[in-house]
Amino acid sequence: MSVNITIKNAIKKFGENTVISDISLKVKDKELFTLLGPSGCGKTTLLRMIAGFNTIEGGEFYFDDKMINNMEVSHRNIGMVFQNYAIFPHYSVRQNVEFGLKNRKYSKSEIKKETDKFLKLMQIYELRDRKPEQLSGGQQQRVALARALVIKPDVLLMDEPLSNLDAKLRLEMRQVIRDVQREVGITTVYVTHDQEEAMAISDRIAVMSNGKIQHVGTPQEIYHRPKNQFVATFIGRTNFLNAVYHTADRTIHFGAYSFPMEDLALPEDTPVLLSVRPEDLILHPHGQSALTGVVQDSFFLGLNTHQLIELDDNQQLIEVISESSLENLLRKGEKVSLVIKGHKINVFSEDGSQNLMREE
Amino acid sequence: MNRKAKFDLWSLVTIGLFALYGLFLIYPMMNLLTQAVIDKNTGQFTLNYFVKFFSTPYYFNTLMNSFKVTTAVTFTTLILGTPLAYFFTRYEIKGKAFLRILIILSSMSAPFIGAYSWILLLGRSGLITLFFKNTLGIAIPNIYGFFGILLVLSLQLYPLIFLYVSGALKNVDNSLLEASENLGAAGVKRFFKIVIPLITPTLMAAGLLVFMRALADFGTPMLIGEGYRTFPVTIFNEFISEMGGDDGFAAAISIVAIAITTIVFLVQQYFSVRKSFTMNSINKIRPEETHGMKRFLIHAYAYLLVSISIMPQVYIFYTSFKNVKGSTFAPGYSLQSYTDAFNKVGRAITNTMLIPAIALVIIIFLAVLLAYISVRRTGPVSKILDSISMIPYIIPGSVIGITLLIAFNKPPILLSGTMTIMVIGLVIRRMPYTIRSTAAILQQIPMNMEEAAHSLGSSKIKTFYKITMPMMAAGIISGAILSWITMISELSTAILLYTARTRTLTIEIYTQIIRGNYGIAAALSTILAVLTIISLLIFNRISKDDDLSL
Repeated sequence: MSVNITIKNAIKKFGENTVISDISLKVKDKELFTLLGPSGCGKTTLLRMIAGFNTIEGGEFYFDDKMINNMEVSHRNIGMVFQNYAIFPHYSVRQNVEFGLKNRKYSKSEIKKETDKFLKLMQIYELRDRKPEQLSGGQQQRVALARALVIKPDVLLMDEPLSNLDAKLRLEMRQVIRDVQREVGITTVYVTHDQEEAMAISDRIAVMSNGKIQHVGTPQEIYHRPKNQFVATFIGRTNFLNAVYHTADRTIHFGAYSFPMEDLALPEDTPVLLSVRPEDLILHPHGQSALTGVVQDSFFLGLNTHQLIELDDNQQLIEVISESSLENLLRKGEKVSLVIKGHKINVFSEDGSQNLMREE
Repeated sequence: MNRKAKFDLWSLVTIGLFALYGLFLIYPMMNLLTQAVIDKNTGQFTLNYFVKFFSTPYYFNTLMNSFKVTTAVTFTTLILGTPLAYFFTRYEIKGKAFLRILIILSSMSAPFIGAYSWILLLGRSGLITLFFKNTLGIAIPNIYGFFGILLVLSLQLYPLIFLYVSGALKNVDNSLLEASENLGAAGVKRFFKIVIPLITPTLMAAGLLVFMRALADFGTPMLIGEGYRTFPVTIFNEFISEMGGDDGFAAAISIVAIAITTIVFLVQQYFSVRKSFTMNSINKIRPEETHGMKRFLIHAYAYLLVSISIMPQVYIFYTSFKNVKGSTFAPGYSLQSYTDAFNKVGRAITNTMLIPAIALVIIIFLAVLLAYISVRRTGPVSKILDSISMIPYIIPGSVIGITLLIAFNKPPILLSGTMTIMVIGLVIRRMPYTIRSTAAILQQIPMNMEEAAHSLGSSKIKTFYKITMPMMAAGIISGAILSWITMISELSTAILLYTARTRTLTIEIYTQIIRGNYGIAAALSTILAVLTIISLLIFNRISKDDDLSL
């Protein structure tokens, strides 16, 4: 049976050091919820608090209505997948998967039935009598997942489960995890520092930094309308430009260049911070009202070409990504003009703490 | 991990271990201290024993002697063992595997057996001495005294340096050596500029181990030291001759000895903390072929050193088959010595197996618990326990013998003369080593193996014996075999604690040597060597790599 997870005002300290400061969030039933952030942001710590491996210095943790703060790890009924899988090396694949069921005093026939079911689900039934040392990374990952799921946990917790795999396997296992999570229908908390992985796999993402949650939302939301400067930087790539908002004609002015913007209900001539993703800048060789700059470098990456351009206005270096064309790359020193896709950019308060385009 | 000190099963285990250490280590040590500063007749506080020790050159010199010879042994073993390990790691040497076995074997016997064999070879009427005198007409210098002890202990203990340094060199990345050569430092210069600094922490640790072993050794100076008295011999003599009388003086010498080892230990710690760094080699050093003069010199060094160090054992093996007349060897060969030996040994062989076996079981049980607490439970309590468990490392074996005797030779706990006290002696002496090796194994098991088990509904105890213990098993067993080998050849503690019923092979060999029954001693030594070799073979079977640490 899958549950909602509610966390109220969680606090974690290691000695004098506050690692998690006052986090509240709700993970919905059967949702795949990701904690995303740079290393040291507290994401794994929060996950381990839910699991019960870390003590809780403050706040309340609930599975549905049941408070779990002081519950023993072994009684929480969680499935956990570790970064290094933590497959017991002295047990075979089958014994690893059975382990949790045996602790729950299932009958022999039930243990066999359930174990077989999950071995097959994870497509490791043929490997059932092997020892972990004979398994590849991806296979160990499957064992870890089967072992975590076979006990029918209330929640599934995954701590950077793909970080030890090579790039190709990572994509494959990402799909496996997503499929199995949907099929079993279990509330899942997933920790990663890889934003692409988070976006591909999650229903919702909490972006964390410095022990705080910066933004909770769907992948589209946090990419297109990030709550603050940190989220905009951490998710995807972006250029920040200091500009001014004119209330009278609802335009944004950057040097001599200006473009229309929706009503932001700001005082006249408010300084703002623009976040312009590289793909929202269009190279525009013959533009009238355009930003102008000089190409510093170009990188051909196949699908796209990346250009580094120094703006004439303030000598700032910005990145522009455009679909590759058959023509030659722009050379260093070439002059170009650019226009901004005004509807896709984000406007932040000057200090970057608030996205003015979000209604909150 | 930051865990709240919840009271659980492990807290109970911790309390139990404190109680054991309190009873068998702290209480006897306190007793020793009391003995040393309380006049037995008047019951008054006195420093007379210490005054007597420091003001009587006879006693004070034994300490200086010990210190001198031990320091000399430590440096000699470093000088002998380090190049050997370097050659073994860097170069192809013919018969390397066989030489390795001989090196290990030569370190595994009791040092006094080596001393006795060297007396047979280089003593006043030794084989080689007589050969030089009678055939060549050259009188070679006397082996007894300082140089005898130095010779025997150096050849006995350099294998420790060899093993430690070999282990350290495994962690040196070959690219460091290549980088050094690339920058213009090759050969001898590289050895001193790069290799030695890299392994300095290991050299210090191994040096300390050799120092402690050499300082504590009783049998060698007793047999070969003659006028050159060292303090284990003095302690033994004072204590044995004054048994039942005033043993306060022996206690005082013991305290002085502990003070010295403590200082040496602290100095070593002070420097090794400063010199330590972590290394992780990706490209291990691969042995390469050598040619010409270099090849010859490397082989000559390796073979000469190994031959000399294994010679005593080979010679004893040889003499055990010689005919015996009275207490001297006669021409011709027979199994006479073995027949005599078996008639005389009585329970010695059984005891040699039984006492270490019981001790081993206790050691493993306690060491696993202690290692678990010191690795997995952080906090002041486990730190204190960890420190206490390391105390015996710096207490010489004969001092442990004395503390146990003083503490348990009277009610309420009367243990002297029993097998129990011999077991306790062995347990206390071996514990620090086993705890360290067990802790090292535990550190390599990721914490989340246990977390995974907990998350799957397994209780703490169940996780310990279902997951943690089995994963440690191989390492524990190979550690146990090494403990076993050291315990069956232990003398310094046993010599003080044994009685007729609890004599072991080493004690029996020692006694036979003292009585001059060289044939029987040789036969018994051979039996002990065979036991050791069998144990080593089992070790090699179980242990995956050939890393030995004693």
